[in-house]
Amino acid sequence: MAKINGEEVTNAAGKTIMEYLTEAGYDSRRVAIERNGSIIPKKSYEEVIITEADTIEIVSFVGGG
Amino acid sequence: MVTQQQLEDAMDQRFSKEVYKKLKSARVCIAGLGGLGSNIALMLARSGIGTLKLIDFDRVDITNLNRQAYRISHIGKLKTEALKEMIEEVNPYIQVETVTAKVTEENVTELFKGEKILCEAFDNPEYKALLVNSVLEHSPETILVSGSGMAGYGNSNLIQTKRKMNNFYVCGDEISDAYAGMGLLSPRVSICAGHQANMVIRLILE
Repeated sequence: MAKINGEEVTNAAGKTIMEYLTEAGYDSRRVAIERNGSIIPKKSYEEVIITEADTIEIVSFVGGG
Repeated sequence: MVTQQQLEDAMDQRFSKEVYKKLKSARVCIAGLGGLGSNIALMLARSGIGTLKLIDFDRVDITNLNRQAYRISHIGKLKTEALKEMIEEVNPYIQVETVTAKVTEENVTELFKGEKILCEAFDNPEYKALLVNSVLEHSPETILVSGSGMAGYGNSNLIQTKRKMNNFYVCGDEISDAYAGMGLLSPRVSICAGHQANMVIRLILE
């Protein structure tokens, strides 16, 4: 099962990063994502497909500073 | 005029000389000089960081005074210039480099290339993401300390420092967004700035 932000997620494998972000309610313009230790370039969100073996960290930014 | 030697002798002598030597030889870049960046810069200046590079495009506005380090006398000045002035009043021997520019997709890689330690201190979440993505993708030598989630007056203890990726730390509660009805106030913004500044010092000393 893919691990996302430390939790095993059942319905993520097979989806693109962009599909997962949309489903999970993330705004793709406000995130940075690491997959198995490497940053995923923003332009690849539509192409990278999540696999069962993936460990993914999604950091979502909020406003204020 | 206070001399550099006097200022160095006046640091907390309970630390070893080695600690201050490391801090003095360090260089830190701060992107965004609002509530986070202005406070981070002053904390690092007081701690004796040798070189600070400050980046912002904006001028000090009256609406900044509720949480940013600026004063009434700075209104209308470039934030880079106003902050440089304030740092000089704390320690005139700190090297301050200023870049008055807006960070864009076009200049982001060039602006931060070669920086070892970078504080992301923007206000806008999309610019935060732009900076973080670009730096993590193109500058593997840079360690990034970002701020996210410090709006309002909720529990201070929810503001934390977390290592999210190998070269990427996030300070804040990661949830408290600034929006109509929930603004920014000095205490939580300063707490978050303190987390970022302390993380920078840990990176330099550990």
